[in-house]
Amino acid sequence: MNKRFLINKIVLILSTVAATVGLIFLFWILGTLFMKGLATMNWSIFTNDLVDGGIRNLLVGQFMMAIIATVIAVPIGAMAGIYLREYSNNNKLAFFVRNLSDIMMSAPSIIIGVFVYAIYVDRVGHFAGWGGVIALAIMMLPIVVSTTDNMLSLVPKELREAGIALGGSKHKIIMQIIVKAAKVGLMTGILLSFARIIGETAPLLFTSANSQFLTFNLNDQFPSLTVSIYNLATYPDQASKDLAWAASFVLTVVVLIINLGGRYLTRNKHK
Amino acid sequence: MENIDVMRAEDLSFTYPNAPKPTLKSITMPIEKNKITALIGPSGCGKSTLLRAFNRIHDLYPGLKYEGKILLQKEDGSMENILEYKKENELIKLRQRVGMIFQKPTPFPMSIYDNVAYGLRLSGIKAKSELDGRVEKALQGSAIWGEVKDRLNTSAMGLSGGQQQRLCIARAVALKPDVLLFDEPTSALDPISTGAIEELIAELKDEVSVAIVTHNMQQASRLSDYTAFMYLGDLIEFDKTKKIFTNPSEKMTEDYITGRFG
Amino acid sequence: MTGKLFKDFSIFSAILILIILAAIFGILYVYASDAIHTFGFDFLTTSSWQPGEDDDGGVFGGYIPIVGTLLATAIAMIIAVPIAMGIAIFLTEVAFPVLIKPVSIAIELLAAIPSIIYGMWGLFYFAPIIQHTFGGSGVGLLTAGIVLAIMIVPFMSAITKDAMNTTPSVLKESAYAMGATKFEVIKDVIMPYSKTAIIGSVILALGRALGETMAVAFLIGSIMKLPSKITDPTTSIPVLLANNFSEAQDLELSSMFYLALILFAVSFIIISFAKFYFLGRRR
Repeated sequence: MNKRFLINKIVLILSTVAATVGLIFLFWILGTLFMKGLATMNWSIFTNDLVDGGIRNLLVGQFMMAIIATVIAVPIGAMAGIYLREYSNNNKLAFFVRNLSDIMMSAPSIIIGVFVYAIYVDRVGHFAGWGGVIALAIMMLPIVVSTTDNMLSLVPKELREAGIALGGSKHKIIMQIIVKAAKVGLMTGILLSFARIIGETAPLLFTSANSQFLTFNLNDQFPSLTVSIYNLATYPDQASKDLAWAASFVLTVVVLIINLGGRYLTRNKHK
Repeated sequence: MENIDVMRAEDLSFTYPNAPKPTLKSITMPIEKNKITALIGPSGCGKSTLLRAFNRIHDLYPGLKYEGKILLQKEDGSMENILEYKKENELIKLRQRVGMIFQKPTPFPMSIYDNVAYGLRLSGIKAKSELDGRVEKALQGSAIWGEVKDRLNTSAMGLSGGQQQRLCIARAVALKPDVLLFDEPTSALDPISTGAIEELIAELKDEVSVAIVTHNMQQASRLSDYTAFMYLGDLIEFDKTKKIFTNPSEKMTEDYITGRFG
Repeated sequence: MTGKLFKDFSIFSAILILIILAAIFGILYVYASDAIHTFGFDFLTTSSWQPGEDDDGGVFGGYIPIVGTLLATAIAMIIAVPIAMGIAIFLTEVAFPVLIKPVSIAIELLAAIPSIIYGMWGLFYFAPIIQHTFGGSGVGLLTAGIVLAIMIVPFMSAITKDAMNTTPSVLKESAYAMGATKFEVIKDVIMPYSKTAIIGSVILALGRALGETMAVAFLIGSIMKLPSKITDPTTSIPVLLANNFSEAQDLELSSMFYLALILFAVSFIIISFAKFYFLGRRR
């Protein structure tokens, strides 16, 4: 009898220890990031480009690629999700699309970079912003598919039936009733997947590569915040390392704010 | 003959975490030895809350508040207040003495045999022969032995709902508890399984004292010796079942059992 | 938009997913075919990576990065699995309720932090500790494995916790009602109930560790050498690709695609296995 309680105690203590160790490491990382980031931050990095020791062009470039990728991936992914949930009747095609899309979601991101290098960079002969856009769009696509699929599945069947009973055509019911009913969840899913692609490095390394200058020309090498962090951190001089910390700090803040924003949206929905 | 209470709530109040008002208000009632006590009342009256206080299963969730006493008879016949238990092992021993059957059957994801042997193993019984004997006895006592004796090592999840519920009763009976608490044990079952369970409960009272929460008025009147009628956290009336169903003292009880509200 | 057009576009979008996936396999294979024809399966066991002179194409083999990838992943999993299970148990059964929500949110947010941040932190803060403790340069298999573990712990514990939380509370209550301790409820009820989902989540995390680039790139040392001890620097497939892909040409580039194809095929198999055997087919 006493042995049981002893084992129980030991296991519960071990799990608390594991949780504490895990959390210490995780907060250690966040802590150093914020300390280093705040120490190396100054507002001039937002007005200068990389060539002058700032990150303005990098932020613009990173956001531009991620936003255009979102504009491409969301309609296609959402329509694919709509097909899966509203049209497919769970046929064979839906089975393949659903599961393969899930598998694609977990594929190594560097592979997407290699793939886009082959289909785009190698064709046009040089690194270009569009390559980064395509790579990020491919990364985002399966996430949007799965979000749409899941969110539409939460819309009650009665809503569809009510729409049909009122004599609406199927695509109108989908767009005007079902997608609207799932709006908050879809928005959250899109925000979270945006947060995920904006922090990606590997798919950009040999697609958009990087640029020191501010540019809006996606047919040219394109500035990237994450690729720059990777380069800057390994340069020997302190100024580059400091800039890498500041850039990491900004990137983390952006990602966390978008995540918290997504959470805030869904929280209000449940009230 | 004077009846002996095996358990008794005295002036018991209970408040859920962050709730503004208590869910149970100064309840005083007994669970009598080797009798079946039914708890009835409309939804939200607190009958399940009261039942779950008797083995302090509430305590899995923190922040709740008991006031008053719940007494449980010890082996020497004296009464002990179970609300004074603080340590986990005291609660564990309490739950082995006061078993519980839930609304939905809850077989564990293991074989039929292991489900019944589970509690026995927890209480320290290791010998295979003793386990075998007590598992068989519990399954026989729960009128399910004949149906499962050839497939004791198959998963309990494969049984029908009614069989699963009888298995859960066997699992609780195997521990030889003093009291068994049934929380609407048949509300998820079909009428035939319900009949089998009711028959089983009626037989159980030779061995154990029973408290049962039920929505089903016929079930309460068929099955129980005593009935407690609760309303909005108050115990309105407690008496012999026969009296409650034929000649209740309170107008409210009469209205409820005749279906005028609830 | 008419209903027909709308529906056709939705079917097209769904099929496009399949086309992209097939294209990834196809294109990788086409670009890798030079290396595949030259080296065949010997590629997997060849440890030299020698660009040739002029007409000579050179000799390339994936043995070192393959071994490096597997070892770094193994170290990461050995460390991460117990810690992630501990966190999940802590959050489902042990923690005070006031702690559960903030800790869960913190862990989910940490899972969202880009992997490059973990890599950079590891380079500047963790590698020096390893250097101090074990000597050497501080970067290598062990450093990469540990930081990789730190990176996958939030992901793994978040999904493991969700899996454990699917255990119906009435099932847990009935075990408690029989006098089980917390550990016994975890071991006998929660684990068996959520076993398959937990294994699935571990395998998903494994797939993630295998393909992780940035957290490892800073830390594994990036040299084409087999490690003789756990603190030695070596390289992995994603890191080799990240660092050397842009400069490679001809047969070396083709060998890079061969490596990419291997990595993609392996993670594809692992993830499909996790999905179909443990996480259940989605309907």
